[in-house]
Amino acid sequence: MTLRTTAASALALVAVMATVPAWAEKLTIGLASEATSMDPHFHNLTPNNMISAHIFEALIGQDDKQRLIPGLATAWKPIDDTTWEFTLRKGVKFHDGSAFTADDVVCTWERAPDVPNSPSSFGTYTKGKTIEKIDDYTIHVKTATPYPLVPNDISTIYIVSDEGGCEGTTEQYNDLSVAHGTGPFTITAYEPGAVISLKRNDDYWGDKPQWSEVDLKPIKSAPSRVAALLAGDVDMIDGVPTTDIETLKKRDDLTLSQGSSNRVIYLHMDQFREDSPHVTARDGGKIKNPLLDKRVRLAISKAINRDAIVARVMEGVAIPAGQLLPDGFFGVSENLEIMAYDPKGAKKLLEEAGVGDGFRMTIHGPNDRYINDAKIVEAIGQMLTRIGIETAVETMPRSVYFKRASRGGEGDQPEFSFILVGWGAGSGEASSPLKSLIHTYDKDRGFGASNRGRHSDPAIDTMIEEALTIVDDAKRQDMLAKATEMAMENVAIIPLHYQVNTWAAKKGITYPARTDEQTRAANVVKK
Amino acid sequence: MTVFVLRRLIQAAIVVLLMSMIVFFGVNVVGDPVDMLVSPEADQAEIARVIRDFGLDRPIYEQYWYFLKGAASGDLGNSFIFGQPALKLILHHMPATLELAFAALFMAIILGIPLGLYAGLYPDRASSKAIMAGSIFGFSLPTFWVGLMLIMIFAVWLGWLPATGRGDTATFLGIEASFFTRDGLSHLILPALNLALLKISLVIRLTRAGAREAIQQDYIKFARAKGLSTGRIVFVHLMKNIMIPVVTVLGLEFGSLIAFSVVTETIFAWPGMGKLLIEAILQLDRPIVVAYLMIIVILFVVINLVVDILYSLLDPRVRLGEQGA
Repeated sequence: MTLRTTAASALALVAVMATVPAWAEKLTIGLASEATSMDPHFHNLTPNNMISAHIFEALIGQDDKQRLIPGLATAWKPIDDTTWEFTLRKGVKFHDGSAFTADDVVCTWERAPDVPNSPSSFGTYTKGKTIEKIDDYTIHVKTATPYPLVPNDISTIYIVSDEGGCEGTTEQYNDLSVAHGTGPFTITAYEPGAVISLKRNDDYWGDKPQWSEVDLKPIKSAPSRVAALLAGDVDMIDGVPTTDIETLKKRDDLTLSQGSSNRVIYLHMDQFREDSPHVTARDGGKIKNPLLDKRVRLAISKAINRDAIVARVMEGVAIPAGQLLPDGFFGVSENLEIMAYDPKGAKKLLEEAGVGDGFRMTIHGPNDRYINDAKIVEAIGQMLTRIGIETAVETMPRSVYFKRASRGGEGDQPEFSFILVGWGAGSGEASSPLKSLIHTYDKDRGFGASNRGRHSDPAIDTMIEEALTIVDDAKRQDMLAKATEMAMENVAIIPLHYQVNTWAAKKGITYPARTDEQTRAANVVKK
Repeated sequence: MTVFVLRRLIQAAIVVLLMSMIVFFGVNVVGDPVDMLVSPEADQAEIARVIRDFGLDRPIYEQYWYFLKGAASGDLGNSFIFGQPALKLILHHMPATLELAFAALFMAIILGIPLGLYAGLYPDRASSKAIMAGSIFGFSLPTFWVGLMLIMIFAVWLGWLPATGRGDTATFLGIEASFFTRDGLSHLILPALNLALLKISLVIRLTRAGAREAIQQDYIKFARAKGLSTGRIVFVHLMKNIMIPVVTVLGLEFGSLIAFSVVTETIFAWPGMGKLLIEAILQLDRPIVVAYLMIIVILFVVINLVVDILYSLLDPRVRLGEQGA
């Protein structure tokens, strides 16, 4: 071989390397959670829905702020009070080559709420709606009563094909024989506990991902996840623990991305029992539940130094909260401020309420559910003790906590008096927390399912129920904001802060933080 | 021998039944899986449906009866969160764990026995003292901490080995395992070492103590007097006699390597049974916990049986049938 040909082939090699598109690359992500199935309708829980979003699509998508964007439907509008019309996207193909039409939507709608052995079904979103095919690319969704959240509910149901997908069993989805969606990736391997391998769908109708291959690896132990990133095993991780954020920020070979989530951390107070099980007088004797008094609840809210919790306990990685959802979400109020820290005012309020000497109470919280949950509970215990409410702290694993907090007491009532919980608004708008946390507990009508303090105000109930029938966005926004204002005025719950989530990646890779806390490989960008 | 094995099997059956009862009632007292499973957005009707579908509204003895009926036909129930048979899930994760356990056992033997023997034969040398001091560390440092340190040193700082996960697998002689590939081996070394550390220390100490004791015995002195080579004395006469306690302990420890590699598997994100178990416990996936413990009981019974048979091979004076087990 002469020198010239060597040089020529070297040049050719350079040319070839230059023409290889920069996005023909592999991305490996270490995830804090693990999906339990590849069946998009098996388990309605974030870790599963997040994986489904790579492979499947809904008629409507949610962007990183959970705003609704066109998915398999290009447009949607209410055509009368109880009917919504959806125009479907043409020319979309499932990964197995079958064409997407209205028939797929109709059969998906039947499958989604009715998967055998489902530990949490999608019936929550499909109930009360019937789907009618008008032509191959038009469907009508009908509800019995006017219901504005049809598009939000529709955005949670991943569409599968009527050629195999709808009849497919969960088992068949797990062995990938029917796991064909229309999404930006096709799935090539599923090793439970080890890896989910994805390949770019080159026929995707929308913006194609930058990565030709993606591996999603569950690494649940937080220190190991960070170590895997530092060791270069993975290119990106989610769920960066707050204690590591400062150290990681200092490294110049990593980039962090942060964003507030839709999850508010708040306190529920027993507002339905005269004799609350974990509240006593200072000497341990019985007293009438002081939490029934709005002034006492307000005093507790004033006694909590939210800035201190955010700065010390959360190491700055949280946003103090004054309502149920952070700014920018649909239905939040512009008039609500964060409750200022005012221990003197709190003491005065306690005196006005006739409990100036304070009382004894136990705060309960989980210790493995939210970011730094046990530490927050401890901090609150100390802050309340300072204004005279002697607060004992008890935390427990979530597997024990949630049952007791929801229905561990007599007659399946909540067992505790004063608890810390979090709420993520899956629909990305304010009716979700209002309906579940603030509305009176009503088993038959499905309201207040997570109202563990049993706050009840008929005026707010009416507003929430009415808002859920207003199809006009502007009017509904006002109604939800007003209901939120009234709930805060009542001190129905005490919001503490909004969680902030952190992703870390190798330099040059960025991820736009999503408010729903999901990690989606299609949105990971390489600069 | 046959009588012995039969008697052992009957005992095992009783142990398994009792264990199933303890485990089943035990895990059913703790918490409530429904709150772990159901989406927070679900309403009361959906929560009620899940409770009904999983039979959690039935009295506990009735649930146990259904479990026993299923178990009799080899069905240990369906996992709540995966919706698949618990037994199938555990067996699916088993090869990864077995591989880790065998690798750790292998390390314990090839490192522990020579080092222990050396320390036993030359107890006064500085190197022997260093080995013994090292074994104390192996005993006393917590596994999770050592695991993280191993990751920090070998994966993060030196960058020699990957930090987490299981590598590529290959099939050889019908066995699919990751130690047949380079990538697989590199993933295996750290978790196996982490798991083996305690066992290595144990074997070192046992072997050393055995060697120190045996070296004083008359038969060794006699062998010396007869003019046998040191090699023959150590590797034939001495080794044979100190192996019995080592085999016993390794047998039992192998069981615990398989059953309780939970910490190591969690730290190294190793997709084995241990990780499956700990996640099942955290999420109250009761069928998996029960099925897992059932399998472990059976595993220990089998290992003990094998150890007893090995005894008789190592020491012909042991006659199994007459021992009364």
